[in-house]
Amino acid sequence: METEFKVIDNYLMIKMPEEIDHHNSVYISKTADAFILKEGVGNVVFDFEDTTFMDSSGIGIIIGRYKKIAYFGGKVFAVNADSRIKKTLMLCGLHKVIEIME
Amino acid sequence: MEIEKVRQLNSTKRRTMQNEMQLIFNAVSENEAFARIAVSAFVMPLNPTLEELADIKTAVSEAVTNAIIHGYDGEEKKELDASEDKVFLKCTILGDVLHVEVTDEGKGIENIKRAMEPLFTTKPEMDRSGMGFAFMEAFMDDLEVISEPGMGTSVFMKKKLGTSSWILDED
Repeated sequence: METEFKVIDNYLMIKMPEEIDHHNSVYISKTADAFILKEGVGNVVFDFEDTTFMDSSGIGIIIGRYKKIAYFGGKVFAVNADSRIKKTLMLCGLHKVIEIME
Repeated sequence: MEIEKVRQLNSTKRRTMQNEMQLIFNAVSENEAFARIAVSAFVMPLNPTLEELADIKTAVSEAVTNAIIHGYDGEEKKELDASEDKVFLKCTILGDVLHVEVTDEGKGIENIKRAMEPLFTTKPEMDRSGMGFAFMEAFMDDLEVISEPGMGTSVFMKKKLGTSSWILDED
C-alpha cells in the first residue's frame, strides 16, 4: 500500500502505509514537507487506517511535521489509529500536542 | 476439559523449549522489515499473543534501525559500500523466554546512559525521535546495551512470553 497525499482546503491528508519504519519514513517526511511548502497548507492529518505496524520512525515523522506547522499555528491530527498505534503515540506523550481522533 | 488439557500441554512444551537462530544481513534499511518478520516467525512456536508479537516486532525494528543509521551512519553513505557493513541478529528461545541480540561493528556509543534517555538523539535533522531505546525498554522485559566507541554495539533484549495466559489460568 502506497502512501497517498491529498490536499483538501487547508489540510494535508496523508494516508500512511501498512508498515511505518525508517525505510519509508524518509520518503514520507520529504514528500509531506514538499506539499506543505508548495501548497502552503496549515494543518496535517495522518490517516492510520491501513497501518498495522509503526516504530519510533513514525513518531519522528509526526514530531518533525508538527514542528514545521505549529510555528504558523497549524495543527496535527491522527485519525483511524488502532489501539496499538495509540499506545505508541501515548508512550511519547504525543497526545498532548496532536489530536488523536476516531 | 479439553481446553484445559491443551493448555497444560502447551505450558509444559513451552517450559522445555530450546531453540536458536542467527542471521547476518547487510546494513540497509530494506532489511529492517525482514529482521522483524524473521523474529516474529521464529517465536511462533511459543504461541505469542498479537500484543506480544507487536512488542517484539517494534523492539527488533528499533534495534536494527539503530544499528543501521547510528552504528553505520547508514543515511550518509547510502549504498556506496554498505555491503561491508553487516548486522548480526541472534535469537534464542529458552523455555518461555525470548532472547534477542542485535550486534553491529559500527562506530559504537560514547555515552550509553545519555543515548538511552528518551528524546535524546544525535540525528534530529533526520527526523529521528530519540525514542528507540525507550521503546525497547517499554516493549521488552529486559534491555542491556554494551558498546564502546569504535568497537560496535550489542543490544541484548529479553521477553517472557505467555504471561497473559497466567491471568487466564488464575480465573
